[in-house]
Amino acid sequence: MDDATSLPRPAAEGRGRGGAAPLPILDIQRVTKRFAFGAEQITALSDASLRIAKGEFICLIGPSGCGKSTLLRMVAGFETASTGSLLMWGKPIAGPGPDRGMVFQDYGLFPWLTVVQNVGFGPAARGRPKAEVTATAKRFVDLVGLTRFADAYPHQLSGGMKQRVAIARVLANDAEVVLMDEPFGALDAMTRERLQEELLEVWARAKLTVLFVTHAIEEAIFLSDRIVVMSPGPGRIIADERVALPRPRDPTSLEFNALRRRFAAMLGGHH
Amino acid sequence: MTPQGLSTRQVVLALAAPVLGVLAWHLATQGQAYSLIPSPYDVAVQWWDLAFGGIWDDLYSGTLLAHTFASLSRVYGGFALAALVALPMGMLIGRVAVVRDLLDPTLQILRPIPVTAWLPLAMIVFGIGPRSAFFLVFLGAFYPILLNTIFGVKNVEGRLFEAAAMLGVSPQAVFWKVVLPASLPSIFTGLRLGLGFAWVVIVVGEMTGVQTGLGAIIMEARQLSRTEIVISGMVTIGVLGFLSDQLVQWLGRRLLRWSPQHG
Ligand SMILES: Nc1ncnc2c1ncn2[C@@H]1O[C@H](COP(=O)(O)OP(=O)(O)O)[C@@H](O)[C@H]1O
Ligand SMILES: [Mg+2]
Repeated sequence: MDDATSLPRPAAEGRGRGGAAPLPILDIQRVTKRFAFGAEQITALSDASLRIAKGEFICLIGPSGCGKSTLLRMVAGFETASTGSLLMWGKPIAGPGPDRGMVFQDYGLFPWLTVVQNVGFGPAARGRPKAEVTATAKRFVDLVGLTRFADAYPHQLSGGMKQRVAIARVLANDAEVVLMDEPFGALDAMTRERLQEELLEVWARAKLTVLFVTHAIEEAIFLSDRIVVMSPGPGRIIADERVALPRPRDPTSLEFNALRRRFAAMLGGHH
Repeated sequence: MTPQGLSTRQVVLALAAPVLGVLAWHLATQGQAYSLIPSPYDVAVQWWDLAFGGIWDDLYSGTLLAHTFASLSRVYGGFALAALVALPMGMLIGRVAVVRDLLDPTLQILRPIPVTAWLPLAMIVFGIGPRSAFFLVFLGAFYPILLNTIFGVKNVEGRLFEAAAMLGVSPQAVFWKVVLPASLPSIFTGLRLGLGFAWVVIVVGEMTGVQTGLGAIIMEARQLSRTEIVISGMVTIGVLGFLSDQLVQWLGRRLLRWSPQHG
């Protein structure tokens, strides 16, 4: 398990400019996204701005249809902004890339590959030597606790196991930013809680930057450094708050519940 | 080659229908002074003579292997040629808009024409003989392979392209890394159906002016009123087609272990 500490990481430090504020890993500047919907236009996201520092764990929360997925998919490079710009380390995001790994709610695993092959897919696709691919894949399969299922195919796994594979796949590919779109939404409560804790462990150890979409307030409070609250019609950011509770957080504590009430009030009757 | 996990109960049930069928056939033909249909026993004797000789010692004795080989080579030859053309064509039609717009309408118009309707034209173009039969087999196997290949490469889950892209697969590599493996189950279904059609069509193809082949002896024996030979030929085709399909399914189970439908 200590292996994660030796993750090869691209040089991220020292990229700040002189004495000024350090360069954010992600800089989302006044981004608006419109979709053509028949003859009409839907504004999925309106004038959203967000600066994210390396290593932050950020949750996007809001009722469905407020543009959370749209924002995440633009950061991933699957969609382009209608106006505004998205920068990673100061450079415009031009398309999908291995520096930003996405964990989909429906997993998106390759059904023809075994667990270990799925996890090694990224490094293999990027032409890493075979021995290295195997070693890396094994390491991350172990990390997410699927050693016994290394040679199983996705259709033989439970939802929680598939989601572990999806996470390992992104970590093994050395993604600096991990984008997660309601990754635990389809899982039962116990599996969800365990994966939340495991995710925090990996995040801390591997110094990941995580952008995590959820519509569960408790999940957001449990996980985040910062919670970005969004509201629909059109989708926009209505609040961006730091969560100061020390980790590990106790969902039964008074402070946790106070926060829960605060965010519930912010989200209006939705929760 | 036997499917895994076949229980005794399944074997018994699977054999029940043919056994009952043969029994009914036996009862219907037994003791008849004159029957248009020979009894199962007569057919069995004829099949033995056809296969190994030593009973009637006529023109047909011991020729089964040669006829079977002739048919097999046409079935697998025509099938292989169909696969060779239909696989790349299907992939192109499924993935490249220009090719789809160019070929799809024509293929859709040609498709409803039954393979057998091509026979007269095939005989004009390829002459009376094995080449027409070969062409019909090719045609019969072609469409199932083509259509399933198109379906397979067209219906790759969009999410998998996103997953590949975010993991660093280059656009040029997407076909080999995603499209091809994802569509293998469909392609495989097409190959299996195509081979099945090849066996259906071979008899029709061999029924006109071909000297060898199972279809040829069936047709010839009919003209000579040797109905035992007709039925022997039919049984042989049934068994060969079945074994051929079992082989393909076995291959599928090995190669597509990951697919819930095949594994
Ligand atoms: N590809 C698309 N085409 C048209 N409309 C879309 C598309 N994707 C999202 N939308 C619309 O944009 C709005 C925001 O969607 P989404 O980002 O998925 O919200 P959320 O993830 O917060 O539930 C919704 O009204 C949705 O219908
Ligand atoms: Mg969504």
